Amino acid sequence: MRKSAQRVGILLVVLTFGTAVMAADSVTVLPGPDAAEQLQEALITAEPGSTINLAEGRFEIIDGLSLDIADITIRGAGMDQTILSFDGQKGGGEGFLITSDNVILEDFAVENSKGDGIKSKAADQITYRRIRVEWTGGPDETNGAYGIYPVESKNVLIEDCVVRGASDAGIYVGQSENIIVRNSTAAYNVAGIEIENSKYADVYGNTVTHNTGGILVFDLPNLPVMGGHSVRVFDNRVVDNDTDNFAPAGNILGMVGRGTGIMVMANRNVHVFANTLKNNDTVHVLIATYPNDFDDDNYIPHPRAVMVRKNIYEEGGARPAGDVGDIISNVTGTPVPDIVWDGVVPLTEWVTWTSAEDRIYIQEPEGTTFANLKMIQNTLYPWGASPDRAIADYAGTLPEPKAVTLPQLKTRN
Amino acid sequence: MQRGQLMRAMRVSLLLCLLALCLPGARSLAAGVNEAALLNEKPARLLSEYNLFSDGPAQIPVDGVLPYDLVTPLFSDYASKFRFVHVPPGKTAAYADPEVFDFPVGSALIKTFAYPADLRAPEKDVRLIETRLLIRQPDGWKAWAYVWNDDMRDARLKLAGKRLHIQAIGLDGGPLEIDYAVPNANQCKGCHALGKTITPIGPTARHLNRDHVYSDGVENQLLAWSKRQILSAAPRPQDAPRAANWQDTAEPIDRRARSYLDINCAHCHRLEGPASNSGLFLTFGESDKRRWGHRKRPVAAGRGSGGYTYDIDPGKATSSILIFRMKSQDPGIMMPELGRSLVHSEAVTMLEAWIDQME
Repeated sequence: MRKSAQRVGILLVVLTFGTAVMAADSVTVLPGPDAAEQLQEALITAEPGSTINLAEGRFEIIDGLSLDIADITIRGAGMDQTILSFDGQKGGGEGFLITSDNVILEDFAVENSKGDGIKSKAADQITYRRIRVEWTGGPDETNGAYGIYPVESKNVLIEDCVVRGASDAGIYVGQSENIIVRNSTAAYNVAGIEIENSKYADVYGNTVTHNTGGILVFDLPNLPVMGGHSVRVFDNRVVDNDTDNFAPAGNILGMVGRGTGIMVMANRNVHVFANTLKNNDTVHVLIATYPNDFDDDNYIPHPRAVMVRKNIYEEGGARPAGDVGDIISNVTGTPVPDIVWDGVVPLTEWVTWTSAEDRIYIQEPEGTTFANLKMIQNTLYPWGASPDRAIADYAGTLPEPKAVTLPQLKTRN
Repeated sequence: MQRGQLMRAMRVSLLLCLLALCLPGARSLAAGVNEAALLNEKPARLLSEYNLFSDGPAQIPVDGVLPYDLVTPLFSDYASKFRFVHVPPGKTAAYADPEVFDFPVGSALIKTFAYPADLRAPEKDVRLIETRLLIRQPDGWKAWAYVWNDDMRDARLKLAGKRLHIQAIGLDGGPLEIDYAVPNANQCKGCHALGKTITPIGPTARHLNRDHVYSDGVENQLLAWSKRQILSAAPRPQDAPRAANWQDTAEPIDRRARSYLDINCAHCHRLEGPASNSGLFLTFGESDKRRWGHRKRPVAAGRGSGGYTYDIDPGKATSSILIFRMKSQDPGIMMPELGRSLVHSEAVTMLEAWIDQME
């Protein structure tokens, strides 16, 4: 009876709008002792174009879930109403793995997965909407690494999501392109939001708070996809990032000092603007070179063409922590300036100059503080090096990357 | 039986044989593989419907289904494995290297997982657990898992996977408790996906290039497959590549280790595999040191790093992430992610020795 009512509804939609709406079926999975098996079976047998509804309640899942069918919507009853709990997880590197295209995830939560929360790999058009991924015990190095984790993907939309407690990055987009992360909340993670080895990303309208690091834009060596570029970070609230680094040792994020607001490492063409930064313990904005030795001819460890403009800076940098916090504050003293650049450029440029289109530019309101740590001089002759605080010398502009557009947003409008 | 009767019976059976040879399609009437079932888009509900075995419980195949072994097999919680190949009559798989052979439509790779009551006596009291099929259909490979019924008479299709509690006596004589996981259809792809398509893992030239004990004698598998005309264009075994048996101490440790990593890890850890984003590539032929882990830093390992800096820290197995993850039984740390709940401690010991002697 209900099913036929749905069919009639779809028919009406088709008649009314005259568009090719697929006659999609939907299934509903209810919580209960067999729910995990029923859900996984639904994920395997779903017809493209269909919706899998997750009813309100708590689903106890023992093995990682996975979806490999395209054009599927998975919809819960709300991020606090439908909960996939992985407290008893025995297998799977993540809670939920998606490997197919054109998938929408909406209105449910993943809690306490043993590895990553939700991972989508090599997927074109993946949408995470009103999804919560959380490790409910608070920050702990035994929590999973990534909360929302699209990788090697294209056309990624993450909106109105909440991620808490990830022992690496709450929202992590890696080796991907065409990305929007917006209006989401990342709290109590090692990194709130991280865009890594990715290009064409817009990160805006997010609240990033009580993490170790707020928003990180990184490029790392020895990976199939490198050369991250064209990233805009704007209109975010990056405040009260004050959680001690709880990343398991050995991870690159282990170096991030407690309370690093926005950090750009390597990458090209990154624009940071109109963000509000407040009470970040180590520094509000850090621009840095990849600090480890590497063996990769195709990798550029230096940040290139970075534009920092019109952000709002309030108190911060008063309690620098970690190795990086120590290195910075040893040079600058406390409070650490609002914006810090390590000043490391390729040696050829250090003895000559950096061309205009590759430089770091800063265009901030009066009273904003800045330091170029001049780390090369600092390493070569530490007795004679002092940081360059002349922010006016870094004035200038760079062309801004175009706003990211996504096919899944176009079809909706 | 009287002599006359015997002669008559022989004549009748001879006549039947001749008749069978003349009749078109007679082959499908014989007790051979159900080729139609293999080509059906929908998997059979019961394993017996494919007619792959003349005696399923004893794992005795019908004609046209050939058993094989690998030089170094994948570790699956100490399960015994019975592997078989079927190539439809009149067709052959094309030899390839380093990828798996190119099997024609209608081929099937069959693998049964089983446990003996006591791992020290692998031939005795064997309990069949599941049989996995990889079937080559016109639009690509299909992967299905069949779980054996308790009475061991037949096995039933299982799409959503299943956890089984298995008890046995381990190699050390102590009790072995195995939380065995039958993979669901997606987990099959977790290991068998190459790019976006499913592909076999085992039947490569290097892992098939070894002797096998057939019912009519011992023969190199590449030769045997060629002779039976299920493989074409194969070079002589001595001219084909050969992986090392990881347990063969006469082989250089480097070859043993790389061979083990090749079959156990490289289906994911390769540029085209599910773990491509890690940048760690463990195929047998990978020659870039950094790519196979030598002083390679982790990327997205999370707590899988164990606090260590390198996947392989030369000379220091104890601080190598690869060893740390192989020793773990925690789903957020352990490698491989699928197919094991126990630690393969004998292999870990070998790999530790490999890393410890490395410069």
